[in-house]
Amino acid sequence: MKFKTFAAFVAPSLVMMLLFIAAPLVSVFIGSFQLHQPVLQEVEEETCTPGFTGQTCTTTIVTRPLIDESGNMITTTDWVGWTNYTRVLNPEAAWAAVSSLDWSALMQIDFWAALRFTLMFTLVTLPLVIGVGLAIALVVNNAAKTIRGPVIFISLLPFIITPVIGALSIRWLFIGDGILTAGLEAWLDRDLALFAQAWTIELMMMFYRVWHVAPFAFVIFYAGLQTVNQDTLESAIIDGANRFERLRYVIVPHLAPLIVFIALIHLMDAYRVFEEIVGFTSQAHVISLQWLTYDFLQPDDSGNRAFGRASASSMLTMVGIVVLLIPLLRRTWRDHKGGSH
Amino acid sequence: MNLRPILMAGAISAVALPAAADCAFENTVPLRSLSAAFEAWNAVTDAMTECGNFEAELSQEFRTLQPEAMAANPALYQLGGVSNGTVTPLLNAQTIRPLDDLVEQYGQQLRPNQLIRINGQTMAIAMMVNTQHLMYRSDILDDLGLDVPETWDEVLAAAEVIEAAGVVDYPLGATMATGWNLAQDFNNMFLGYGGQFLNSDGTPAVNSEAGVNSLETMMALTEYMDPEYLVSDSTYVQQQFQQGRIAMANLWGSRGAAMDDPAESQVVGLVDAAAAPRAMEGGPPATTLWWDGIVIAANITDEEAAAAFRVAMEGIDTEMVQANNDAAVWLIEGYEPGRLAVGAIATATADPAPTAYPSTSQMGLMHSALGNALPAYFTGDVSAEAALAAVEAAYITSAQEAGVLE
Repeated sequence: MKFKTFAAFVAPSLVMMLLFIAAPLVSVFIGSFQLHQPVLQEVEEETCTPGFTGQTCTTTIVTRPLIDESGNMITTTDWVGWTNYTRVLNPEAAWAAVSSLDWSALMQIDFWAALRFTLMFTLVTLPLVIGVGLAIALVVNNAAKTIRGPVIFISLLPFIITPVIGALSIRWLFIGDGILTAGLEAWLDRDLALFAQAWTIELMMMFYRVWHVAPFAFVIFYAGLQTVNQDTLESAIIDGANRFERLRYVIVPHLAPLIVFIALIHLMDAYRVFEEIVGFTSQAHVISLQWLTYDFLQPDDSGNRAFGRASASSMLTMVGIVVLLIPLLRRTWRDHKGGSH
Repeated sequence: MNLRPILMAGAISAVALPAAADCAFENTVPLRSLSAAFEAWNAVTDAMTECGNFEAELSQEFRTLQPEAMAANPALYQLGGVSNGTVTPLLNAQTIRPLDDLVEQYGQQLRPNQLIRINGQTMAIAMMVNTQHLMYRSDILDDLGLDVPETWDEVLAAAEVIEAAGVVDYPLGATMATGWNLAQDFNNMFLGYGGQFLNSDGTPAVNSEAGVNSLETMMALTEYMDPEYLVSDSTYVQQQFQQGRIAMANLWGSRGAAMDDPAESQVVGLVDAAAAPRAMEGGPPATTLWWDGIVIAANITDEEAAAAFRVAMEGIDTEMVQANNDAAVWLIEGYEPGRLAVGAIATATADPAPTAYPSTSQMGLMHSALGNALPAYFTGDVSAEAALAAVEAAYITSAQEAGVLE
């Protein structure tokens, strides 16, 4: 292909990527080293508020931002170096906790508590998603042709549900005396409060994520299973390989690139765990890195947001994903160079 | 979280209906309003809709949307519904206009009490007051021969008796959901113990005797609550009451009417209200006073502002109050306090009286810091002092970032 033709085809998506991926990334990167502040003044204000018998007026000193002629707040932007990162990571306190082997002190720092949960969530759900996805794919592949359609449809349902809605549904099933909690209570004959401690909430979150994402793995694996070389399978049978051996030595190696692909996608997705935290209102017990960024951005009643720390925390999240992906990317790269495909 | 707020959050918009006869004038200027989504705002915006060309948006996310929407030029909403907490960013950015001229021209029905004045200028029109106060199952207290508790110690004693009698699942409920709610519950208790949030130099002062006392009292109360109290918001507590699962709670006055709603409640007529309990003898009721009211955007034409004000006056007139008397503790002429409003009124008129929630930038930052750092104490991870020290550290960081602290 001529370079010109190639460029004409690629240019639009390149422009899109620069505009919608690169530019925001750069702006967040820059923002993580900046601090925006309104210019404030202290003024004495008399405020009168209603009571039942009459008004109560109080005079207090309040801080109000300065407003310019066009009605905008005057703000200053300072380069603050690593300050935002230090405020998020709190390295001093973290190091003190680590060197005194005080786990609970480390978990008092939001970032590290979030990192702990995010990593655990990602690494525990990964094998489960792959395992459950593969199991469903094998079952469907071996199911009679007539019921295959409906089975595929039903297995895909969890994936179709919007994540937040799915998380909320699970929450309603279990919170307080929700149907399932009430059912469990009747069955186990004891009082349960699944939202009262961290580990039950974490368990529900992981169950929810596996339930939600396994169908995606299933679809990919099911497609992969259709391309397994039947001759190899037959010769394996003739060689006396049992069902497990055929799976171990023929099917899994054939699906290996797909397993890597699903692992990549899942790591990226799960590391950004967010819907579960919001859906289960688990902030008291468990938070994730993505939720931390969201929390920094969320304005309080007086409209303050922590843009700088939010940028720093999202840069750190990105770095985390890249670190997690390195082993898998290296494997894919090796495979490509080896020319095995 | 039940279905109702979700549906409301999905931007329930009362689409403008043709002008009905109930409005004194026919509005010709297209108007929109943004407010919180609770019963009282439903009533008020419904009444406004009768004037025509008016579209109301009631959203649980209004506190996030409002500052930006009002800062746009022209503003996206001519009318805003605020409380003394959420009016702060609008005052800071000067995106709402003084209403004195409009009050003089169109606001004859208003009581002087309703005008929220800042440095002599009327910046908002209050329509109702709200406060957290003690709601209790009168039948249970009567059966067990208990007096209505007036202090938190008495609440604990009564809870013990109710627990022993085993008449409800949990003697107490509380709006202690992590974040805003938990922080507000702490604020109530902290002010009840005579606490000051900030020192005179602007540094935080919550890690004090009052702070520790507040946390310890709250922790003692949780013994008698559903163990899932860290996810229990106002709606959840309201439902616990309605389903007869709790006997007492310090709950928002605006939730009172729901107790007598036969469609939702199994305890119609059984819930009464009293003043918020005191944290210490001779102290104020451990709660804060709030008002909800109407503001008008600055970035709109005077013509629009006049129309918006006239529509707002139709929304908060006597006619609306008479039709929705129990939806709130109204400040409007014609309001007859109902059975469940007694508690809120007793709270507000107590001596010494509770303070109004301070609407300052510093308080917003403090509220967030409390909401984020206190849960660790209730999950048992840290001591009260350590949790309060974490609050102070979080406050200092965010206050320095916001520029309100050196």
